[in-house]
Amino acid sequence: MKKLKIGIFAFTSDEGCIMQILESLNSTFEELKDYLDIRHFRLLIPKKEMQKMDVAFIEGAISTKKDLELLKKIRENSKKIVAIGSCAINGVPSNMRNSFDEKTKSKIKSFLEKFEHFDTVEPIEKYIEVDEKINGCPISEENFIICLKKYIDEFGVKNA
Amino acid sequence: MSLVLKMHDFDLNIKNLSKIEGHATLKIKVRKDKVENVKLIVEENRRFFEEGIIGKNYQTIPQTVSRICGTCSVAHLTCASEAIERALKVDISRQTLVMRKLSLMGMNLRDHAMHLYFFVLPDILGKESVLDFNKEEHHFLREGFEMKAAGNLLTKLVGGRAIHPMFAQVGHFSKVPESSKIKETIEKLKKAREKCFDIMDIMESYESNFRRKTNYIAIADDNYTFLTGRIFDSKGWSVSEENVGNYLKEIVIPYSQGIGYELKNKEFLTGAIARMNINSNSLHQETRKDIRKYLRIFPTHDIYKNNLAQAIENLHCIDSSIEILESEEFKEEKKPDIKISESEGVGVVEAPRGLLYNRFKIDKNGRILKSKIVTPTAQNQIRMENDIRQLVEDNLDKSEEQIRILVEELIRSYDPCMTCASRFLKLKWI
Repeated sequence: MKKLKIGIFAFTSDEGCIMQILESLNSTFEELKDYLDIRHFRLLIPKKEMQKMDVAFIEGAISTKKDLELLKKIRENSKKIVAIGSCAINGVPSNMRNSFDEKTKSKIKSFLEKFEHFDTVEPIEKYIEVDEKINGCPISEENFIICLKKYIDEFGVKNA
Repeated sequence: MSLVLKMHDFDLNIKNLSKIEGHATLKIKVRKDKVENVKLIVEENRRFFEEGIIGKNYQTIPQTVSRICGTCSVAHLTCASEAIERALKVDISRQTLVMRKLSLMGMNLRDHAMHLYFFVLPDILGKESVLDFNKEEHHFLREGFEMKAAGNLLTKLVGGRAIHPMFAQVGHFSKVPESSKIKETIEKLKKAREKCFDIMDIMESYESNFRRKTNYIAIADDNYTFLTGRIFDSKGWSVSEENVGNYLKEIVIPYSQGIGYELKNKEFLTGAIARMNINSNSLHQETRKDIRKYLRIFPTHDIYKNNLAQAIENLHCIDSSIEILESEEFKEEKKPDIKISESEGVGVVEAPRGLLYNRFKIDKNGRILKSKIVTPTAQNQIRMENDIRQLVEDNLDKSEEQIRILVEELIRSYDPCMTCASRFLKLKWI
């Protein structure tokens, strides 16, 4: 049976949207499980080599080189990218440090350098093409399921 | 079997540990049978919340710091509200206090269920992931979702949603629970109650030979509410919420985006196991009646029993919230008056993973001048690393793969939260 190959990723964020995804599955997992091939979801599955995906759901903003490399790799390996939540879409609230005054900026400078942070924290669209966005801080459980079901249909999974 | 004694030299690196909240990497270096170093590295990118809220109006603070952590947002939100109310001397109503207790218990139920069924059970059943459970094991997945759903509904009933609940405000809740939803929530909680016992049995038999004595701290009073009481340690020493900060010392961890803490200059442990070790007498009486055989286990120094402690707390949260929901009559209330003044206040709550401390200084215009936030995982960091070191040294006769499994199980028993652990820059103000 054909399944929708998905990945769920979190960058700089509180993983609140990921939690909403896990909550949205409380009542829908039994119905949806046969249509889904969950290939990446660090919260539940140990890390493995990047695999091809139909849809990657991405939470969080981009703040380091390491973030960016992984983000690009996800784009290369996924047909669709869905930005979920305010951090991924607008950078807020993970980008608070972008607007710090000079004094605070100089206080955190050495920390940022040590852990190879970029000068600013940015939404994912600054670096890659995004196919769809689910707004909210966090996203709502319902909107995630609507989006997931749309892709189940779009990729012809149910009819296969 | 070879009788030649071999000295062990190896490096164990686990990148991006799975089945914990947030991103972390573990590095262990063993040379000549000695663990040279253990580094539990928080990989979450720091977001500078303590600095970010400086200059912001006090009313926005709880909803902002809620965004420190998705899974335990209710704890951050409640703790910040408490700190601000103490600073501005706001009297909250009994109903608001009751609603806070309910929202915290809903969060605990949801969060503990995620940890027990989705993170720990795969270790016990020898599976990589909860998604690999076979037909016979699949009911655990269903029960995990069901337990989470009950907690979700409870927090939603009071706060509007399970993550970053928007009805919770400084001084009050902006909405009163609807009576039709109260009934539905009680039913869901009663159904979830039946599922509590299987998972307790499993967590009771999940144990290790590993023991390291330590000091535990938890908020305790007669009701086990995660919200009210003094802070006690396992030796009976106690301190008020306002003063506990005087005994916590920040320790910089140079290789990590997180920091550690000592209490009275020593490692210590906070979380469900600490609450059970210190305060199990205050569990709900219905809970105590049904779990006598497990109560004998506490106090314990087996960190694996943190899992059993969480499973017990789930039953307690269910029993306590059913009692409240069946007896409480929620009414619209007048918002308390808030007078802005230059002030300072401390809030302390029990998050699912332990003690959470907030301290804010507010200026005469109601803006934040200084902030300090201490999360449970940061408090447990030093203890966790010391445990890993000892565990590896005790098991050097085993294969590296076996050691890796043991270490991962140990870390997962702690239930660390890396999104919480990474948020804070060293500030000399505690």
